[in-house]
Amino acid sequence: MRRTWTRKLWTAATATALVAGAAACGGGSATSSAGGNGSPKTLTYWASNQGAGLEADKAILTPELKKFEKRTGIKVKLEVVPWSDLLNRILAATTSGQGPDVLNIGNTWSASLQATGALLPFDDKVMERIGGKDRFVANALAAAGAEGRPPAAVPLYSLAYGLYYNKKLFKEAGIDAPPATWDELVADGKKLTGHGRWGLAVEGASYTENVHHAFVLGQQQGARPFTPEGRPAFDSPQQVTAVKDFVDLMAKDRIVNPGNAEYANQQSVTDFARGKAAMLMWQAATSSLKKQGMDAADYGIAPVPLPAKTPPGGKQVTSMVAGINLAVFKNTDNRDGALKFVKFMTGKDEQRILNKTYGSMPPVTDAYGDPAFETPELKTLRKVLADSAAPLPQVPQESQYETLVGNAVKKLFADAASGHPVTESSVKAELTKAKQQMPGGKG
Amino acid sequence: MPAAAKVRPRADHPRPVAPPPRERPARRLTARLRGPALPYLLILPALALELLIHIVPMAVGIGMSFLELTQFSIRDWTTAPGAGLDNYRLAIDFNAPVGQELLHSFWITCAYTLLSVGLSWLLGTAAAVLTQGPFPGRGLLRTLFLVPYALPVYAAVITWSFLLQRDNGLLNHVIVDQLHLTHDRPFWLLGGNSFFAIVVVSVWRSWPFAFLALTAALQNIPRDLYEAAALDGAGMWQQIRRITLPSLRPVNQVLLLVLFLWTFNDFNTPYVLFGRSAPAEADLISIHIYESSFVTWNFGTGSAMSVLLLLFLLVVTAGYLLATRRRTADA
Repeated sequence: MRRTWTRKLWTAATATALVAGAAACGGGSATSSAGGNGSPKTLTYWASNQGAGLEADKAILTPELKKFEKRTGIKVKLEVVPWSDLLNRILAATTSGQGPDVLNIGNTWSASLQATGALLPFDDKVMERIGGKDRFVANALAAAGAEGRPPAAVPLYSLAYGLYYNKKLFKEAGIDAPPATWDELVADGKKLTGHGRWGLAVEGASYTENVHHAFVLGQQQGARPFTPEGRPAFDSPQQVTAVKDFVDLMAKDRIVNPGNAEYANQQSVTDFARGKAAMLMWQAATSSLKKQGMDAADYGIAPVPLPAKTPPGGKQVTSMVAGINLAVFKNTDNRDGALKFVKFMTGKDEQRILNKTYGSMPPVTDAYGDPAFETPELKTLRKVLADSAAPLPQVPQESQYETLVGNAVKKLFADAASGHPVTESSVKAELTKAKQQMPGGKG
Repeated sequence: MPAAAKVRPRADHPRPVAPPPRERPARRLTARLRGPALPYLLILPALALELLIHIVPMAVGIGMSFLELTQFSIRDWTTAPGAGLDNYRLAIDFNAPVGQELLHSFWITCAYTLLSVGLSWLLGTAAAVLTQGPFPGRGLLRTLFLVPYALPVYAAVITWSFLLQRDNGLLNHVIVDQLHLTHDRPFWLLGGNSFFAIVVVSVWRSWPFAFLALTAALQNIPRDLYEAAALDGAGMWQQIRRITLPSLRPVNQVLLLVLFLWTFNDFNTPYVLFGRSAPAEADLISIHIYESSFVTWNFGTGSAMSVLLLLFLLVVTAGYLLATRRRTADA
């Protein structure tokens, strides 16, 4: 009796192992479609940290998920993942195939994650099921995957960089209007610096902030991070100028506190909120500033400055197309439910509620028309997003570009802060080093 | 299953302990198991777990080092193109930035380990010897010394990072605002000072272990040796040199090796102190490898570097054990 049981058990175990092995082999091929609708009643959702903290996000999202459950009967298990972990968690999920059903991704990662094949492509058929692709703002959808391929995700929240300035400090220094050019920013910054206060705050040790600014300033100078053939070109003369100008705000112009070279946890927002710095380049700072006790009437928002004279090849870009995308994990065992959830989250009502709460902009056209999106801040940022924002390169190596160039700028800030000279050649050396660490970057 | 197969043929042989055939099956089974196979059988679960937890991941890591494993193939490793020795060539090509940085990081780590282990050992020995004799408050002091060892790494090191911040840190507050030692606020987490910062934090974290091990070892030195030495007129210093240190030799041999391996490989301390990319002056190898693989999504190269590190540590460990064993034998 016992013997038969053992034998049965072994047979079952062997069969499972074989099936699992076969599934693992088939998982990556283009023809097979792993995933399906095995468990139609539950979904796991990884949200990114958009609010003032993980708990705040939970409090904001839970009522919305309950609404979804009421409508569809699908229970959504929510996990809010901090930004510092999100990419690693996604990579681990990609490797093991054990991931969430629906997840938020930084929109700049779209092409990199698309290359892994872990995300469900939103081809026309899939798009149809969530309401069609024409609903989305074109610029935002462009930052959801490589050009010419079906998007790997759909935009969920749109963001753009703006120059936040402290109205009171500006008035005290006798400045009427926010700077429109970098020369003006430096001149104003010098007037505002002194008595323990600084003209501008930067997040010098945060590679993501650094690379975003390096990209925008590079665009203004006419630099391209990648050649049309997709080879890295981080150390072009234009990019060197851009990065040097940025670091010089601390090194040469001295309108940035050298201590900012250590900042990586939003200390620059705190400095701005407390009046220790008069300007800040940030995306959707409103909710953080409010939490730090800064009144919305005390600051204004303007586009990030441009060069006084556009260099040859330079573009009038003042921000990257920033934002959060919503993706479906290809291995999901509730694909229909996942798409229903995407439709729900990108629907007009949810878009209004969530973007209002987070201070971001809806990437779907039909959500506008709500007075909440007509504040001066959002009007400025909407104009930036529509007219002067460029998406970060949508290439598979984007995430390497972010970390390598962002860290190069971090090192240069550290040099500037500890009194080492920052020269054209030292900037070029760091950027070349970053380039050479890219696959295919040795040429 | 394999274990049972192993037992069966042996049990067929007639042995003095073999049970008479008429006995109940359950007892026959226990008796069968009591044979020479028992130790192996008992060790089997441990062996299986050891394989699962240590050997298999190591083998996978070594396998990865021969693959070109990037975002294109991470989802299904079978599609990763073989890289042959390319990852290793990239890691040890000291004319290219990748190899240069690895070598730089290696030397930094060597200096860091030497300083950290040396200082931890020195502090641990001194404290252990000084608290050897009884005095009021000794228990309290010993407990206090062990606190850094008992604290969770993250809580302890993040506190250090707050202390060491330039603008709001306690250290600069004391030396600049209170004592007016310098006018400029120095950076502790950037530039050259970051090396000393990480050494100090590392010593702070690991010396209690040395202290604990040596305190235990000191209990085993017979009191009479000291009494005899004192009678012969040996001072405290001579007692330490001639009795304490030689008696501690076997413990020290293991202690130094363990401290070396822990410190050389330590990931938590620099990661919590500096975040995902450390300043060049304190670019320790564990963080460096992490950055090379996770941050740049180049897992094959990261694995190749890890394998090189493993080989280096194996060679050092083997050399150390050979050298110290010989010296112990000579002594």
